[in-house]
Amino acid sequence: MLSFMAMAFQLPFFPEQASSFAPEVDALTLWLIAFSTFFAVLIAGMVLIFAVKYKRRHPDEVGTEFHESALLEVTWTLIPLVIVLVTFVWGAKVYFRLYRPPAGAVEYQVVGKQWMWKTQHPTGQREINELHLPVGQAVKLTMTSEDVIHSFFVPAFRTKMDVIPGRYTTLWFTPTKPGRYHLFCTELCGVEHSRMIGWVSVLEPEEYQKWLASVPVPATPLRQGAELFSRLSCAGCHDGSDGLGAPGTPGAPGGRGPSLHGIFGREIELASGRRVRVDENFLRESILDPAAHVAVGWQPLMPTYRGQIDEEGVMQLISYLKSLPEERAADLAALPEPATVVLPPSSAASEGVIR
Amino acid sequence: MSAHEQTPSEVSTGRAQTAVPILPENNYLTAAHGLKSWLLTVDHKRIGILYLIGVSFYFLIGSAFAMLMRFELLTPQGDLLSADAYNHAFTMHGVFMVFFFLIPAIPGVLGNFALPIMIGAKDVAFPRLNLLSWYLFMTGGAFTLYALLSAGGADTGWTFYPPYSSLYTTSAVIPIGLGVFINGFASILTGVNFMVTVHRMRAPGMTWFRLPLFVWGQYATSLVMVLGTPVIAITLVLLVFERLFHFGFFDAAKGGDPVLFQHLFWFYSHPAVYIMILPSMAVISELIAAFARKRVFGYHAVAFSSIGIAVLGFLVWGHHLYVSSQSVYAGVVFSLLTMLVAIPSAIKVFNWTFTLYQGSVSYQHPMLYALGFLGLFTIGGLTGVFLATLGFDVHVHDTYFVVAHFHYVMVGGTIMGYLGGLHYWWPKMTGRLYSEFWGKTSGLLVFVGFNLTFFPQFLLGIQGMPRRYHAYPDEWQVLNVMSTAGASILGVGFILPVIYFLWSLRYGPVAGPNPWGARGLEWETSSPPPVENFHQTPVVVNEAYDYHAPSQTELAGSAVVRTR
Repeated sequence: MLSFMAMAFQLPFFPEQASSFAPEVDALTLWLIAFSTFFAVLIAGMVLIFAVKYKRRHPDEVGTEFHESALLEVTWTLIPLVIVLVTFVWGAKVYFRLYRPPAGAVEYQVVGKQWMWKTQHPTGQREINELHLPVGQAVKLTMTSEDVIHSFFVPAFRTKMDVIPGRYTTLWFTPTKPGRYHLFCTELCGVEHSRMIGWVSVLEPEEYQKWLASVPVPATPLRQGAELFSRLSCAGCHDGSDGLGAPGTPGAPGGRGPSLHGIFGREIELASGRRVRVDENFLRESILDPAAHVAVGWQPLMPTYRGQIDEEGVMQLISYLKSLPEERAADLAALPEPATVVLPPSSAASEGVIR
Repeated sequence: MSAHEQTPSEVSTGRAQTAVPILPENNYLTAAHGLKSWLLTVDHKRIGILYLIGVSFYFLIGSAFAMLMRFELLTPQGDLLSADAYNHAFTMHGVFMVFFFLIPAIPGVLGNFALPIMIGAKDVAFPRLNLLSWYLFMTGGAFTLYALLSAGGADTGWTFYPPYSSLYTTSAVIPIGLGVFINGFASILTGVNFMVTVHRMRAPGMTWFRLPLFVWGQYATSLVMVLGTPVIAITLVLLVFERLFHFGFFDAAKGGDPVLFQHLFWFYSHPAVYIMILPSMAVISELIAAFARKRVFGYHAVAFSSIGIAVLGFLVWGHHLYVSSQSVYAGVVFSLLTMLVAIPSAIKVFNWTFTLYQGSVSYQHPMLYALGFLGLFTIGGLTGVFLATLGFDVHVHDTYFVVAHFHYVMVGGTIMGYLGGLHYWWPKMTGRLYSEFWGKTSGLLVFVGFNLTFFPQFLLGIQGMPRRYHAYPDEWQVLNVMSTAGASILGVGFILPVIYFLWSLRYGPVAGPNPWGARGLEWETSSPPPVENFHQTPVVVNEAYDYHAPSQTELAGSAVVRTR
């Protein structure tokens, strides 16, 4: 099986192999083609041979009485069964690799809307219907839709994922070959579905840096998120800096909302008794539909921000929240207002990294 | 057609019949005249003919859209149709073909006509319910036709995914949803009718394991129709309510979930594809037995496989949701179950193939459809295994690979079975034979045209061409042109039977009771049969497809059929 996977040459009728997945998926495909061709030829062959060999010779002729064989039944049940089970296991293994991003993958944000793809680099650059990437770097896309279901598909990478309103879906890959590759929307999304297409451009690292430098950057998602946090007065309830006690202390005088320091990745208990791990989807829902999850001990006071902030804004806020470190209770009083936090200098390496 | 061409009516029950057959004077077609006698009939045979007219009409509409689509795809640019028109075209193609042709055709036409006769019954268990089913089918189709003519139909795809279908599109989702909803009851009632008929109305001596495999197949189909259809009904109701009243079942902003619709939709629509293929497989069993003059190999294996497919078919819907944000663990479970459902189909294909071994194989036209089915369904079924494979499906989901797969099983599978069955039972239904030459010509055109249309689409899918695109990158034009050329040939192949069948009604040679020399109760009565199917209720002593025992007619001694 490993020798199959090492295969990385261009096959006829296959797209270019431009991601680390491509040779794996193509090897699996070749296995499927191989046994299918074998059985198709076997059946077609037997049908033709029998139809010719046993052609009716005179109008009254009938067939013989050979019409049962337990041995044959068992054989042609077990052999296909083994083949499909092997195929299933192999396919499942590839599938798990397709959808389990590695820890160091650099995070990009994608918003699909009728009928365009809006992408944002962790360093702040934004693109429409395009995504420039450096070769050899594992990339994780966090995606959502502003309207209907879309689907992000790059044939050369052999992977896709639906892009759904109301939640985040993720897709990851490591581009392995510089080039320009088709990007398609593959879920019917309305009139201009066939035109919701674009290009993923994979560049050598130096080229990529040059490209980054050439694109004006308003601000990184993290910086934009910090700004939003301030503008929307999140700190009014969530700052934990006006003598409210340790993060998450319920019912403290004047405290209206739990501190958000170190919130990403933490396991918390909800009022319903359920324990959840705080991820991007949880944070998004807490901003847009706060009544859905109330942490135990806190009142359901938070208003919804739906309508005041768009999907990209939510992603930026989440970038900011992910950057907030854990703070011990004693340090809380000394913590400056979020808007004045000095952010580390922007650099492709440090931002967007998953905590 | 030359009068000296060998007419199969000379062969019956293995003994040459010297008399020239005549049409029986009193048969179900001559028993009553006038429009009312047809529109208010409770005779299952006439209802089968009514379904034939209905499904042919809807097939024509679905095909017209298919031709529009294929002509648009001749060029990479979207030039023949506007983007909006194209979206309407593939949606209405899918809606008419799936709900108003593929699901009702074989059960409605061939099941209705042949099943009661094959078990030795006078009619189905609930003849009036049977007529009601037809009216529900036609009414559902009428709603859909109205939606098409008044508003261009819907543009959501036949799969109607929200939020596009619930919140964004302004197209005629509601009347179509209602049309499909009403049509669903036709399915449910037919399923109930057939099941009760098989349980309660078999002739004396017709035990379950003496039933023709066609009946087993229809029974399995009926299980799926009855258990599955209510789910699509309620799903469409939810969608219609969502559009009308904005309840928010599928609206994330209100706490709903668009992916919930996909689960509900596919919970029916996957078993629905087994509603489409099981009857076709049922026909193939009959054709292979008749034209190899041999009992189907592994009768019990084939019978139980039909039931197995029906049951397992309910457990695999999630393979349509591998990239929908469903959990990877759910994907794994559905992939395993989908692999398992392929096995009974494989068992059947092997058994049919081995039926030919040491058979007496005739190349009469219906058999060519059966042989074609064996090849095309094998390819279609195997590509289903491709799609069940998780790591591969991610790449080709929502591309032309999927389109090619389902057309191989639905056209290469279901339609081959339908046409084969129609050609096989046409002499029984009408008392006439059609031109063997034109029949074989149309069969060849269908086979060649079909493969040329859909095989290139596998390649397009692997290259990444998405579905439902009317404009595409230039490099895919050659394969698309091949596909359209194939579709044109296929179209001719489908039109020819209409012509020669109609011609045969007046000019075709008289068929006689058993033009194919086949075994089965339907061949022991006249062509066309009398209203009550048999002049005397048969008593069955033979096993199914027993070409070595005397036929019922021979056993009865007295002539069941009058010949000169």
